[in-house]
Amino acid sequence: MNYTIPTVDWSLVLPFALVALTGIVALIIETAHPKRDNGLIIGVSLTGLAATFVLLLTQLVLPPARTFGNMVLRDQFSVLLQLICVAATAVCFMFSDGYLREKKIAFGEFYPLTLWALSGAMVMVSTDNLLMLFVGLEILSIALYCLAGMSRSEARSEESALKYFLLGAFASAFLLYGIAFLFGASGSMSLPDIQKAVTGLTRDTLPMPVFGVMLVLVGLGFKASLVPFHQWTPDVYQGAPTNVTAFMAAVSKVAAFGALARVLVAAAPLHQYWFEALYWIAIATMCIGNLVALVQKDVKRALGYSSIAHAGYLLVALLAYTRDPDKVSLGTTVFYLIGYAAMTVGAFAVVSLAAKGDRDGSRYQDLHGLYRRAPFATVMLVLFLSSLIGIPPTVGFFGKQLIFLDALRTGLVPLAIVLAVNSAVSAYYYLQIMVAAFVSEEGAARPVSRKPGAGMTIGVCVCAAGVIFASLLGGYVQETTRTAALQAKPVPGRVQNQMEVINR
Amino acid sequence: MNGGFGILSLTIAVPAVGALLLALVPDAYTKAIKGLAIFLAAATFVVSLTVLSVFKGQSYHLQLVEQMNWLPQLGVSYKVGIDGISVWLFLLTTLLTLLSAIFSVYIEKRVKTYFVLMLLLEAAMLGVFVSLDLVLFYTFFEFTLIPMAMLVWIWGGAQRNYAAAKFFLYTFLASIFMLLGIIALANRYADVMPGHEFTFDLVKIQNAVASGVLWKGAGVLQPVLFWAFSLAFLVKCPMFPFHTWLPDAHTEAPTAGSMILAGVLLKMGTYGFLRIVMPLFPEATQQNMWIMLTLAVVGIIYGAIVAAVQPDVKKLVAYSSVAHMGFVMYGIFSLTHTGMVGGAYQQLNHGISTGALFLLIGLLYERIHTREFKAMGGLKAQMPVYAALFLIVMLSSVGLPGLNGFIGEFMAMAGGFQAAYQAGWAGLYLFAGLGVVLAAVYLLWMFQKVFYGKITNESLKGLKDLKPWEVGLVGVFVLFIFWGGIMPNTFLKPTEAAINATRQMVRNRPGARPVWGDLTYEVNEKGDLIRVDQRSDVGSYSGERIVLTNDYYLMEQPKAPMVAMGGGR
Repeated sequence: MNYTIPTVDWSLVLPFALVALTGIVALIIETAHPKRDNGLIIGVSLTGLAATFVLLLTQLVLPPARTFGNMVLRDQFSVLLQLICVAATAVCFMFSDGYLREKKIAFGEFYPLTLWALSGAMVMVSTDNLLMLFVGLEILSIALYCLAGMSRSEARSEESALKYFLLGAFASAFLLYGIAFLFGASGSMSLPDIQKAVTGLTRDTLPMPVFGVMLVLVGLGFKASLVPFHQWTPDVYQGAPTNVTAFMAAVSKVAAFGALARVLVAAAPLHQYWFEALYWIAIATMCIGNLVALVQKDVKRALGYSSIAHAGYLLVALLAYTRDPDKVSLGTTVFYLIGYAAMTVGAFAVVSLAAKGDRDGSRYQDLHGLYRRAPFATVMLVLFLSSLIGIPPTVGFFGKQLIFLDALRTGLVPLAIVLAVNSAVSAYYYLQIMVAAFVSEEGAARPVSRKPGAGMTIGVCVCAAGVIFASLLGGYVQETTRTAALQAKPVPGRVQNQMEVINR
Repeated sequence: MNGGFGILSLTIAVPAVGALLLALVPDAYTKAIKGLAIFLAAATFVVSLTVLSVFKGQSYHLQLVEQMNWLPQLGVSYKVGIDGISVWLFLLTTLLTLLSAIFSVYIEKRVKTYFVLMLLLEAAMLGVFVSLDLVLFYTFFEFTLIPMAMLVWIWGGAQRNYAAAKFFLYTFLASIFMLLGIIALANRYADVMPGHEFTFDLVKIQNAVASGVLWKGAGVLQPVLFWAFSLAFLVKCPMFPFHTWLPDAHTEAPTAGSMILAGVLLKMGTYGFLRIVMPLFPEATQQNMWIMLTLAVVGIIYGAIVAAVQPDVKKLVAYSSVAHMGFVMYGIFSLTHTGMVGGAYQQLNHGISTGALFLLIGLLYERIHTREFKAMGGLKAQMPVYAALFLIVMLSSVGLPGLNGFIGEFMAMAGGFQAAYQAGWAGLYLFAGLGVVLAAVYLLWMFQKVFYGKITNESLKGLKDLKPWEVGLVGVFVLFIFWGGIMPNTFLKPTEAAINATRQMVRNRPGARPVWGDLTYEVNEKGDLIRVDQRSDVGSYSGERIVLTNDYYLMEQPKAPMVAMGGGR
């Protein structure tokens, strides 16, 4: 047996190792100073995140590489997604302190748990091995289950944790089952190998890999909250503490779409079997997300449905890419994720200001008069919501524009039209939130609960900068991922040929 | 790549940057905020006036062109320029914003937010009228929505929630299809042009349209895109049957909001037809002109009839806007020289006269806090000056000869008649004429109900007439009403060349159409396309070459690629 021990390039795993280590340090500090001021923990966490961010930036220009026996992959696609995750987490941390204090959630564990969840998400996007992907997903999920139930005094939070856990475990089982099928079909966990194996199948050999892909898509569809696997989203978003929701909405979605992109690229030879299904899933996700959001009375719930709708938009971008990787780039998805993370985290950050005492005031009327208490944050909320609607020149607009472009270029005109109508429908509930916070004065006399702290202001500013200036990155992201996207494909060159065969 | 930062950008920047500065002033200094806001609006107006000093109306070409990279990889650039069609709308915007800002000293609630929104709105509207890049145009076009909706939402009347949401959703839904259309258009351009350049540059795309390259073999794409764009503009105008947001929004908006909404925002729709739809979709425009004309006439009649039965003076004026914008559309889509010039001119007149009407109603509302006819009557004795001013403005809206409204409506109808007569559709013309009569009916009726008769409402006794500064405010409008009626050539002349060129962009066959990017052609007084041979450098302005022709002064524009231009001429 001529087995060679794989070489290890530590620089590839350093980003998530750094994040996980920061989590451990934060936990040690928490143990040493239980229930005290969380300032030190936040400081350490943010420092760790900043270091990781800088490290990732330096890796952005490096050529793609693999290590640990091809278990870990670093390419531009993975680095960009990791950058989004790290930045989103940092913003969540910035506004968390005030929120946790207000709600009397004294647990310093929030920070280490979130950091570990983040490391899971980062693992998830920087691998093309299904086993690693599963491990990353579980690291992310298990930490999130705990986080969702962090507000112990609220039954809703507990409910959300339980619901998330049960459904999440179920979805993981689907994913694992799908991986097993694919392993059975190809004898490998690695996506490039699977892709080779599923090329040129006959009638008799088809069922196993097709089943496998379908089951994997169910598992990932759950994480990405695609209809019909979305039912957990509104409940969990509403029940979980708002800072956790923000983290979940941004990081979890980025990770899910990163994984989804790689799986779909690997499954490209089976294009004809899943494309139609995802096409309709995209339509259903956009429509159901937005239509149900219209009748919500709770901001977090509405934003939960909005995140479902945005998952639909993202799926359109992915579908356009898988349909014709030559004409469009994966950069659209990455770019939309950047914008989505900035505007969603920002919106949740401001909404968290409505919390009062140990209650999570997140109904529309709880936002009334927010302008009086926190004018700057409210104006920023208007900005984030405008971006979610897609008002130019925000990043939300340019993201949608790119998706339209991709869809029209690849002939997915119906999807583009559905997306356009949905944008208009979604404007209604975003406006309602905007009006509740910015216009309505009824609640102005309400006792002031909390002024936004410095952390909140900085966090909101970071998101606002993202919303306003990220569009300048549009071209760069498109270009970078155009090269990265080829690398994201397991076998550069070959996939393209296969795709062409399919498209013919 | 030429031209950095010129007058046009400066005019947009003053209110935009000013709004941010204003936002930094603490809320409590309401007087300072009002003063600063009015100063900024005045400064914007002054800066915009300097456009006139360098603008050459004899040329149809786009002038004062500025171009900067914005998002080059996405084909989006910051490109602005002005021509005879947009120059008056540009000035109308700054003037109306200034006047409505002055009126807004009456505002007491959330003063700072109000003026910040107003200045942002002004910047966006100015941007719409000078954008020469489709994405830039869309950006400004959509950006007007949030400030306008918020103005209605925060300072509006009783039904403001409904009105603002309707306004926003209606126009947003319509214009998102325009976005799809814009992208599809750019895709088409990249597909058919050699080099496959992906661009949203209006001048380049128009170039390809004029030479016939863009639509060659495009089949149904041109009509589809025509309607995608038209839908957005029809809703904005608004044209029957897409007008239903307008009465609500106009009625519920605060006075200054109504002034801007009626005076400027609606013009974004008609301007869109002139600037984008006609030059880019010539065949589709010709095919569908009768649909547009019919809609315009229906709008004229319908608006007038519905206006006549309104119990609320502001609602009446709102519906009259539907009718008046119908005249604008009627003139523009007649595709005759007279009609189009009249339609374009009627845009200004409507901005002036309806803006003034809303201002007058606002002034009255500040005194009696009602807009219902039944609470009025006999005001003439109480407020003679007010009544006199109201009469002039009202007659301008009716279209009395000697006042500005007459010129625009007459020309629009003359053009419409010409088109209708030639096509054997003269009946359509008769109906449009009926609209003028109806306008007289409801407006005179309104005047009678408000000013004559006995005072039925006791609280109206002891009403104070207008203060001097208010008279001055209305006086500016009255000045323009007489000016526009007696010496309309001040306003008509500079637009003629541009209108002519636009008409020929539609009417001429591919290859013989005027091109914005081609400086060797001009239109002469008769409206024919002529070749200009003599040009020489005479100087430069903001980095651009000024070229002199026999009697045309132009700013040279960046050379757009001239594709397949040969042969046709």
